[in-house]
Amino acid sequence: MNSGGQSVATGADMTRTGGAGGGRRVGEESPPAGARRARGSVLRQRLGDLVSQAAALAALIVIAVVLSILSPRFLSYLNLSEVVVEGAVTAIIAVGATLVIVTAGVDLSVGSVAALSGVLGAMLMVDAHLPWPLATVAGVLLGGVAGLVNGALVSWVRLAPFIATLGMMGVARGLTFMSTGAVAVYGLPPGFNALGQGYLGPIPVPAICLVGVIVVFAFIFTRTKLGRYAYAIGSNKDSARLMGIPVGRYLVLVYVLQGLLAGFGGMIATARVSSGQPNFGTGLELEAIAAAVIGGASLFGGQGTVSGAIIGAFLIQVIRDGSVLLDVNIYLQDVIIGIVVWIAVAWDYFRRRRITERTRGIQQSVRQSVRAG
Amino acid sequence: MADAILRAEGISKWFGGVAALQDVDFEIAPGEHAALVGDNGAGKSTLVKVLTGAERPDGGRIWFDGQERHFHSPLDARRAGIETVYQTLALADHLDVVANLFLGREKYRVRLGPFSVLNRSAMRAEARKMLESTGVHIPDLRSSVMGMSGGQRQGVAIARAAGMGSQVIVLDEPTAALGVQETARVEEIIRGLKRRGVTMLMVSHNLRQVFDLVDTIWVLRHGQMVGRRDTSEVSPEEIVSMITGADRVTGLEFT
Repeated sequence: MNSGGQSVATGADMTRTGGAGGGRRVGEESPPAGARRARGSVLRQRLGDLVSQAAALAALIVIAVVLSILSPRFLSYLNLSEVVVEGAVTAIIAVGATLVIVTAGVDLSVGSVAALSGVLGAMLMVDAHLPWPLATVAGVLLGGVAGLVNGALVSWVRLAPFIATLGMMGVARGLTFMSTGAVAVYGLPPGFNALGQGYLGPIPVPAICLVGVIVVFAFIFTRTKLGRYAYAIGSNKDSARLMGIPVGRYLVLVYVLQGLLAGFGGMIATARVSSGQPNFGTGLELEAIAAAVIGGASLFGGQGTVSGAIIGAFLIQVIRDGSVLLDVNIYLQDVIIGIVVWIAVAWDYFRRRRITERTRGIQQSVRQSVRAG
Repeated sequence: MADAILRAEGISKWFGGVAALQDVDFEIAPGEHAALVGDNGAGKSTLVKVLTGAERPDGGRIWFDGQERHFHSPLDARRAGIETVYQTLALADHLDVVANLFLGREKYRVRLGPFSVLNRSAMRAEARKMLESTGVHIPDLRSSVMGMSGGQRQGVAIARAAGMGSQVIVLDEPTAALGVQETARVEEIIRGLKRRGVTMLMVSHNLRQVFDLVDTIWVLRHGQMVGRRDTSEVSPEEIVSMITGADRVTGLEFT
């Protein structure tokens, strides 16, 4: 405290004599150093982003190679198209899950919503005799409505996404069983069943649906206002709000899109088994989230890509397929996939901790240099 | 008085029974650089919040650009032309420099509501100009701001504020978290704003910086404006005694 008077005098001296000049000299020195440091860390961080996706892709390739050696059936057209068709529904929903996770949210209701869309869409065809294209659209839109409710609960009632969508998980599943009396809905028109079982040339229709979703959503993620705002909201909600982004409205829209994709996935799955199954999609939410995270999406928000979601979804699907081919205990599949999810999430945490530690390191060195100066 | 671009008169703000601001006047002329100083709790941030729309005053009036204004939100003030660089900087860490510079004000090729298509090349080109004219050096515009140094992040935030044709820029402790070199860089950026004729109000605890950078110093104490001084006609000792309310400096410490 006693030295305070002196420090005032020093401050004044700096002002009058060397202050401005000194500042400029330092300023000239710093840009190359600062630039070098920035370039290094930027590179490291880009690598970090790529690594998680590349690791997932590498794992996918390694597993595929191993499986093709262990089982001659793996690389057969029949098996591969099976993998694509089975994986398509998960992948489509995983794209939506990634969008939600990018905003630092999570949607646990997708499996139930997919089942609800599937059975109600089926009932519209079988009981209400609606033309199947119309009923399909209605099923997809129903998923959107569920998403709208999720989004409204998150944005306007301000429930945590985990809680809001956990509620919807129960509500949608309950409605599914209530509307069907817990019995599967049969008697679907063949035109509709082609959505899940048909082929366009050698390519299964679900694969075409998936490609459509990939193209549309890759564009939304990277080229549109919605995509940009989703990343901004997940990266820093307060910043987004301060910069005038209508956070609430965009969050609602994100959950609606996830709901639409869940509905779409539900309709494809229904067509695939020619029936509306009220049990469909249990555990699908975890699979979709797992696919997103395996593909590099961060549960802390701000990070995630469509390509990552696709890689993640097919990694899971290939593990499942391989387990069947190699005659592995069917329940062991879930154990393996659970472990893969642990690894992916642990990697996400590890990466984040490293970033915050580095920031803390910079702050410390700043404090030291302030004290020294 | 008519030539002030931003003027506040008789501003009062109460938090419960405590007066954060009492009958405070303030004004800034176009192109002027001013600093708001005062002890912790003197009301600096409250006054800045009132001027930038983050808080609504309980009494008093604000004129901006010749009209009386009632800002309901920071966005409101921003639309009018008052840009604030918050201490938190309001950056989105995962987005790249260009995206941050245009955050909330993106340029579009096609307008389709939320599905409007971003015009990335136009934003990139303009981002380069914004950074250049503000004197901010960023090696790679496509890198996210997460890994950047504090000075670069501050630079991006200031360039964003200065680049949008705003009339007044408010900087809240722009160098509080920065090291010596980074502080010098940011101060150089602020000098650049002065050369370009951008009006600037800053909150700072650093008197050396204040004397280096601004034309006028406004001193708040216990929620009251105790005076306005031209930097050229006042000594740091006098400012310190105004801040503390002491007649002369005895055993104080400030940073």
